[in-house]
Amino acid sequence: MGTEMTGADIVVQALTDLGVEVVFGYPGGAVLPIYDALFQQNRIRHILVRHEQAAVHAAEGYARSSGKVGVVLVTSGPGATNAVTGITDALMDSIPLVVLTGQVPTHLIGTDAFQECDTVGITRHCSKHNYLVQETARLGPVLHEAFYIARSGRPGPVVIDIPKDVQIMKARYTKPGVISHKTYKPQVKGDLAAIEAAVDMLAAAERPILYTGGGVINSGPVASQLLRELAKATGAPVTSTLMGLGSVPDDHPQFLGMLGMHGSYEANMAMNKCDLMLCLGARFDDRVTGRLDAFSPTSRKIHVDIDRSSFNKTVRVDLAIQGDVGSVMEDMLKVWRARGHRAADQKAWWEQIKGWRSRNSFGFEQKGDALLPQKAIQRLYEMTKARKPIISTEVGQHQMWAAQHFGFHEPNKWLTSGGLGTMGYGLPAAIGAQLAYPGALVIDIAGEASIQMNIQELGTATQYRLPVKVFIINNEYMGMVRQWQELNHGGRYSESYSDSLPDFVKLAEAYGWKGITIEGPDDLDAGIQAMIDHPGPVMVDCRVAKLANCFPMIPSGASHTDMILSAADERGEADDDAKALV
Amino acid sequence: MKHLPSERHTLSILVDNEAGVLARIVGLFSARGYNIESLTVADVSDDHAVSRITVVTNGPPPVIDQIMAQLDRLVPVHKVVDLTDWGPHVEREMALVKVAGVGDKRVEALRLADIFRARPVDTSTASFVFEVSGSSEKVNQFIALMREVGLVEVARTGVVAIARGAEAV
Repeated sequence: MGTEMTGADIVVQALTDLGVEVVFGYPGGAVLPIYDALFQQNRIRHILVRHEQAAVHAAEGYARSSGKVGVVLVTSGPGATNAVTGITDALMDSIPLVVLTGQVPTHLIGTDAFQECDTVGITRHCSKHNYLVQETARLGPVLHEAFYIARSGRPGPVVIDIPKDVQIMKARYTKPGVISHKTYKPQVKGDLAAIEAAVDMLAAAERPILYTGGGVINSGPVASQLLRELAKATGAPVTSTLMGLGSVPDDHPQFLGMLGMHGSYEANMAMNKCDLMLCLGARFDDRVTGRLDAFSPTSRKIHVDIDRSSFNKTVRVDLAIQGDVGSVMEDMLKVWRARGHRAADQKAWWEQIKGWRSRNSFGFEQKGDALLPQKAIQRLYEMTKARKPIISTEVGQHQMWAAQHFGFHEPNKWLTSGGLGTMGYGLPAAIGAQLAYPGALVIDIAGEASIQMNIQELGTATQYRLPVKVFIINNEYMGMVRQWQELNHGGRYSESYSDSLPDFVKLAEAYGWKGITIEGPDDLDAGIQAMIDHPGPVMVDCRVAKLANCFPMIPSGASHTDMILSAADERGEADDDAKALV
Repeated sequence: MKHLPSERHTLSILVDNEAGVLARIVGLFSARGYNIESLTVADVSDDHAVSRITVVTNGPPPVIDQIMAQLDRLVPVHKVVDLTDWGPHVEREMALVKVAGVGDKRVEALRLADIFRARPVDTSTASFVFEVSGSSEKVNQFIALMREVGLVEVARTGVVAIARGAEAV
């Protein structure tokens, strides 16, 4: 019945049995036994970050790009609390993680011991599930169960808090067989009758739209393939949330681009005017719906989601199908084919869409000499697309411009903090992705403000010789904050100017990176080329127009049909109700 | 949808009897802004593995649906049943009611308690503690009457509930 070993050895053995190759972490008093066990083996690689928040984002980047579970190891107290932002980020974006936290020994729990915090209490609200392991014998089963919970159903972060004495005591460990949980049983297959009803609704629709989200990415690469087949079979236009970009190629003729607050005019108008909306693995987020009482008023809505609590949370739907979106799409296609359906005549619908498309809502006008941020991202895309790069971002204007102007053609190539909107996400996420794909071109498209939130991770990339690229869209402002202050607060730029910026080139060099400055349009291509050509990590400080705003935009409290396409459409200050929205 | 009229619903939640489960349930209600009118919890299985939580909540029907879905996806939750939707069910609550007084008021308290089938479980020459059980409404009425005859303190269990008939939830 298994071998007797210490708790720390059980942790390492279980991780090995679970196929874990990389752990992101930071040592400390309460996890020293596990670090000692890691030291004495060479199957699992440990990546030492410079801050625990970055360990979690790096694990997210690793998980998102590879589809595997990301693993984090941090100490008790500040180690755990520093990880909370990353754990919350993973919960909001449904990223599978297992986060191991050290804890003070069981007899000291509750005594306000050194570096003690109530980790399970603190993370209860920001994890999919969590455990405090009080007996060494429970460690093995808990670890295996945690991985199962993290990656199955709607994926998410699972926290395992391990007191130091539990790491030191011995117990028997055996690798379990197939995990099944007595209460947690995610539903993968969708109800066939509901799927048949959905297919009939889809076949009869004159103005259908496929509204797709991160669930398609989470379901695995096959789901993106099935989505393309479903689009082909039905002839319906496809739009994607920020999280779903890449599931359908950017240049696909039926793809309308991203929808939502900074989505394309055609995507939002089509959502508003459709007669049938098929939502696939998206959750009617407020960035997507805009004003709820004006959201797609004339459509019947079908919602496919693995999480029952996503149904009717903000938008009432006519048909809800609980299941894995890939599995449901597969069944939909089977039924569609078996019934010999052909797409209904959508000529008038596509004519309408063509009209909206002709507004060229992602277009921008070059005025003056300054390099426009949109142009910088467009060139970055053109010059790197042959390498099929993995792109991460921080949060703000640059993130939206990247979503709009960088074309994504495959799933798992786009890593961005959607739900929580965490500045400081992009650099560690890029590091995680680079570890999953050592040969890939991985670029963090950043802002000069966001990048400073986890700037210390430059050292991590240097240490592990990771050739990640950071492309800073530097407009010397927290651009999205400044844009909202312009739109809603009379242009009073309260604390949104990025003062006292470091010399990014010198900073890069201090960490052993290459630093490049792009001063304006004339240096752009050469700067990007130099970045691509350099075999090691590169930080590019790309100076862009300071006051550019991100358009199109659905202002807060407005409906899809009230999009602002350019600065010329801006109206007066928002009313108080709209101002209260974020 | 939050503008729809509010309804009172009684939910039975079967959960793993382990540390932190109650905090998970209560935390979900507070984090998402759902109401709790009353909450009871006790171990109900032979092997002490399962606890039953009874929550009385209120909200418009879509919010009640969300509460059910949110509870259902918690890992240690075995089953969530909306007894109000399920159909006929029995709801009971128990209260301990302390009344102090002498003379006529004391006699009247005893007489009223008799009508409500409330049992004195403690007595001194100047006080009674009555045990009363029944629907929340009945308990409310009894407490209201006791106010007039010297009520000093109340302890209530909150609602427990079970479906009528042979079937188990």
